[in-house]
Amino acid sequence: MIQPSVPEDNRRPDPVRRRNALNSMTTREAQAVEAALTRFQDEQGALLPLLHAVQDTLGYIPKNATSTIASAFNLSRAEVHGVITYYHHFRQTEPAQHKLAICQAEACQARGCRSLTEKAEAAVGCGLGQHTDDNRWELEAVYCLGLCASGPAVELDGKLYARITPERLESLIRKKELS
Amino acid sequence: MSVKIFVPRDSAALAVGADEVAEAIVQQAASRGQAIELVRNGSRGMFWLEPMVEVVVGGERVAYGPVTPEDVANLFDAGFLAGKPHALALGPTEALPYLKNQERLTFARVGITDPLSLEDYQAHEGFAGLRAALSLSGADIVQQVLDSGLRGRGGAGFPAGIKWKTVMQASADQKYIVVNADEGDSGTFADRMVMEDDPYMLIEGMAIAGLAVGATRGYVYIRSEYPDAVSVMEEAVVRATAAGFLGKNLLGSGKAFDITIRKAAGSYVCGEETALLESLEGKRGIVRAKPPLPALVGLFGKPTVINNVLTLAAVPYILSRGPKAYADFGMGRSRGTLPFQLAGNIRHGGLVEKAFGVTARQLIEDFGGGTDSGRPLRAVQIGGPLCAYLPDALLDTPMDYEALAAKGGVLGHGGIVVFDDTVDMAEQARYAMEFCAIESCGKCTPCRIGSTRGMEVIERMKAKPAEAAPQGVLLRDLCSTMLNGSLCAMGGMTPYPVLSALDHFPEDFNLAAETHKAA
Repeated sequence: MIQPSVPEDNRRPDPVRRRNALNSMTTREAQAVEAALTRFQDEQGALLPLLHAVQDTLGYIPKNATSTIASAFNLSRAEVHGVITYYHHFRQTEPAQHKLAICQAEACQARGCRSLTEKAEAAVGCGLGQHTDDNRWELEAVYCLGLCASGPAVELDGKLYARITPERLESLIRKKELS
Repeated sequence: MSVKIFVPRDSAALAVGADEVAEAIVQQAASRGQAIELVRNGSRGMFWLEPMVEVVVGGERVAYGPVTPEDVANLFDAGFLAGKPHALALGPTEALPYLKNQERLTFARVGITDPLSLEDYQAHEGFAGLRAALSLSGADIVQQVLDSGLRGRGGAGFPAGIKWKTVMQASADQKYIVVNADEGDSGTFADRMVMEDDPYMLIEGMAIAGLAVGATRGYVYIRSEYPDAVSVMEEAVVRATAAGFLGKNLLGSGKAFDITIRKAAGSYVCGEETALLESLEGKRGIVRAKPPLPALVGLFGKPTVINNVLTLAAVPYILSRGPKAYADFGMGRSRGTLPFQLAGNIRHGGLVEKAFGVTARQLIEDFGGGTDSGRPLRAVQIGGPLCAYLPDALLDTPMDYEALAAKGGVLGHGGIVVFDDTVDMAEQARYAMEFCAIESCGKCTPCRIGSTRGMEVIERMKAKPAEAAPQGVLLRDLCSTMLNGSLCAMGGMTPYPVLSALDHFPEDFNLAAETHKAA
């Protein structure tokens, strides 16, 4: 029987490719990517932690970072691109000023998340999975925040809110708009 | 004299304003010159009462809830520091029927202690299991887990001891313990509570597993939707390592065990063990074909124990109290207890740990108090998005892996989501297909494409009643292909909610009740 094993990788990191790719990013982007690489490059299987670190710093993973990361990890650009685009959490575009994620999963459905979502769409002026033209707001579907006994639940700019009514959500949105 | 006050830090309490309540309490106490000791404990799991504030009066904890920041001044006026009556007073916490009628083995400490306090943890039997394990051989530890009858709490119900034995007997230069904390099923939050409210219990369970099978490294793969769980676990690992409960020399035994916390990135299918391993290796979370089993060829190609949070969280109790104490609970082949999670449209939602054998009706009515809307209950989804919808008539089935399976149900991770009579079951079935389409990893065609076709078929049944009967036949055929033609539970179980909705609620699909089983 053929046993799959971790293939030995003889490719060498390409310093020229890496420098060129870093040059095509803004200084801020390049610094974030370099810092993350310094921290995670030698850790086994650490592509996800690295991508998290970059996105936590910048809010997104620069498209031009793909080849830098690929050469540092001895991967092909296709492999890195594949990972970034496979996971819902990772993004390659700058986030809007405010992000509202509304739980769409069953437990929140049973407590009216569908009508809550409609109200939120009307309040911020864009649909689920979209952002407003001025990039002030984006709405995101999330499938479970683990607050299933106190739905409907939302996450607004990283803070969790449970037992949320349409009125309460609208007032939270207004408060953010004034800030 | 300083009064001890507890305000939970569980994210279900934070999401309804626990931080603001804690702040208001500190301010009020300061302005009144009252000395207090504020403890941020875990949640007792009675989420309709959160934020639930507890005060120690005469050595006993009395509860008030749900408290808003605006209530705080009023509570001080009423004398809540002395346990005086108030509209929000609930009485002694331990006497509340919701807690008193549970059998909390795994959740014994949750809500009582400060989650990150090593002193608190040890004062409540913490690390007694690890100390016991250090005096045993690996084979003896495995035998205790086997004797306890502990089965995997992630959903499949595979005996944990057999998995451990396989890894123990494998020879390799490195073995791993991996915790599946990618709790993506809607209606479940027990893993989150363990990690946020009693993180050392999971750490202890992992270390014991490491000793049992000879693994020196552990990973906890936590979903990115749980940022609080990630930060508490990270801090707990740092503190446990500094105190010698992890690291190169476990409690001076010369044995090593280290833990790395890894954050997932929002892929539901990574809750499947082989997809999770791919993700930990830094790849796309795509399901692997089995065999080889992860127990033999797992993380980085090495023998790996991969267990759910609740499985490993049950282990310290088994080691400290003995396997029989655990196996004495439960029924049939389902031994011990399961932390059930009451969710959705339910009045008293929360965590209820009971021995296997309790019925869904007891949980929903006796603990849960029925629907929150007050309308009649129509359907219950037990186990998660890939599990069947059960009608009211089946709620007297005992919660036991085999008994529920006999009724077409799946116990899964013990989440129970209640729907009232406003639910459209055809829409729920359509959503099950939609969720599969969004989350499918794409490896198997029936899952990748069948899910989208399934959505379309259900939409046609709803839009054109005249075509519902032939489309219903098509839908059942499609479900059969997905059931039998998918590698993992994503495609293989998505048909469960769809078929159960068709079987029990045909009228929602524009099907006549008599003909719905014709296919």
